[in-house]
Amino acid sequence: MNASPRLFLALVLTICVTLATSLAPRATAWSSRVQSDTVLGMLFGDGRKLFASQFFTMADVYFHSGYYPGIFDRKGKEIHIEEATHDSAGGEAEEMGDFRGPPRDWIEAFGRRFLISEHRHLQHGDEREILPWLKLAADLDPQMIDTYTVGSYWLRQHLRQPLQAEAFLREGLRNNPDSYEILFELGRLYEENLEDPDRARNVWELALRRWQQQPPEAQKENRLGYEEITLHLARLEEKAGNWADALRWLQAAQTMSPAPENLQRQIDALREKLADPASKLLP
Amino acid sequence: MKTLFALARLTLTELYRRKDFYVLFILTAVVTLAAGSVNFFNDEKIIRYVKDLCLLLIWISTLLISVVTAARQIPAECEARTIFSLLAKPVTRGQVLLGKFLGCWLAVGLALLMFYAFFAIVTGSHEHRWPLGGYLQAIWLQWVMLGIVIAMSLLGSIHFAAPSSTSTICFVLVAGIVVVGPHLNTIALQQPQPLQTIAYTVYFLIPHLEWFDVRDRLVYGWASPAWQDIALASVYGAAYAGVFLLLAWLGFRRKSLNPG
Repeated sequence: MNASPRLFLALVLTICVTLATSLAPRATAWSSRVQSDTVLGMLFGDGRKLFASQFFTMADVYFHSGYYPGIFDRKGKEIHIEEATHDSAGGEAEEMGDFRGPPRDWIEAFGRRFLISEHRHLQHGDEREILPWLKLAADLDPQMIDTYTVGSYWLRQHLRQPLQAEAFLREGLRNNPDSYEILFELGRLYEENLEDPDRARNVWELALRRWQQQPPEAQKENRLGYEEITLHLARLEEKAGNWADALRWLQAAQTMSPAPENLQRQIDALREKLADPASKLLP
Repeated sequence: MKTLFALARLTLTELYRRKDFYVLFILTAVVTLAAGSVNFFNDEKIIRYVKDLCLLLIWISTLLISVVTAARQIPAECEARTIFSLLAKPVTRGQVLLGKFLGCWLAVGLALLMFYAFFAIVTGSHEHRWPLGGYLQAIWLQWVMLGIVIAMSLLGSIHFAAPSSTSTICFVLVAGIVVVGPHLNTIALQQPQPLQTIAYTVYFLIPHLEWFDVRDRLVYGWASPAWQDIALASVYGAAYAGVFLLLAWLGFRRKSLNPG
């Protein structure tokens, strides 16, 4: 055995490379971890989800122009960018009070002169500043559904970028194919921004099917989701002049509504329209 | 005064020769430019996260430069025995200490100017706005804060064995003061006695470095603090730096200058 050390080294290297090429695909299959194709995913691994909610909160901090309670402040954190996406909030986040309260001593009083002490929401297109945080949160935790719906809301309603919103929602849908929330938001985008009622109808009907596929406990918790989808479908059909369908969706919404008597008035009005033969001719 | 500036010039030359500043400046520039080049939803007007990141890096970098530069001044002179030739001249130990402080402070001031010039160019080229008054206030306040930190590091370097331990302790202290310091009064009220009194005493004793941090105002585009508040904060900072320097001088007066 008078083999040269160089030859021996070359042999060992060849064996290593051969083994590596044959084992690498198998090792990938052994791992149950989802392969990440983003830099953040590779850097943080599964631990990235811990940062995602922090980045989502950062979007809210930016939305409030830095006036935001920390962990030591008297009022806890409340996410307002999310509230603003619901109709109930009227498209505006509720006002945040003085969470710091009166200063306790002269040090705190003087220190506040350097802190941001007024409440101001981003507006006039400056809402775009929250987008990087939402995108980072989505990259870090692709299963965090609120990130996509909130991002889409600001993109389509305030920044007039419906196509970017659609792309973001589609990304969310690829990562969460069973999410009725993303489908509902996609339907709103088609109906309100892209004026495509047929696609909106299809997407909302799919959203409803996804909602119904949830386990009964989840359905109980997400009654608002059902009501929102069916109400939007009812409005869409009413606009299209399909009053019978609109009535059907309103009745469905009534079964889950916390205030069914309000919907009853709308149902009665639709029934009157259906009963009036002259109104059937109107679109 | 002439002696002080001669000693300060020596420290300035040292920072100019060392690579700390260059490395940190290049790192800050690369990270900021890389962050700024990321495209979010095809919107090129997004800038605040870049400002946020750049200012954070400037804070960390200048803090690093201040602490590390100040912490090694006296030990390095003792180690190389150059302190003896220095003190052989008509220079007192107090003047050496003050000269070292002044040199570090001026060096960090120069570094700050370079960092903020880069920050202003990056943000100004995006926003087409040049709030120079706000930038000057931020630079001044940060410089005063770094003055306190430098004095604190010099005090540490007199008492601790090695510059590395001084640097580590100073970093931990500064981080603690900035993060927990402003809320120590809130924490104190939730504690039983005598912990409450101890926490409140610490709250009143520590220098409140968070006053000098106006990064949020720059990032979110708020108006600058009033000039009289900045003047008061500067007096407060000067007082704390003075106290630390006095304590350092008291220690340095009796300190044996032989290494080890």
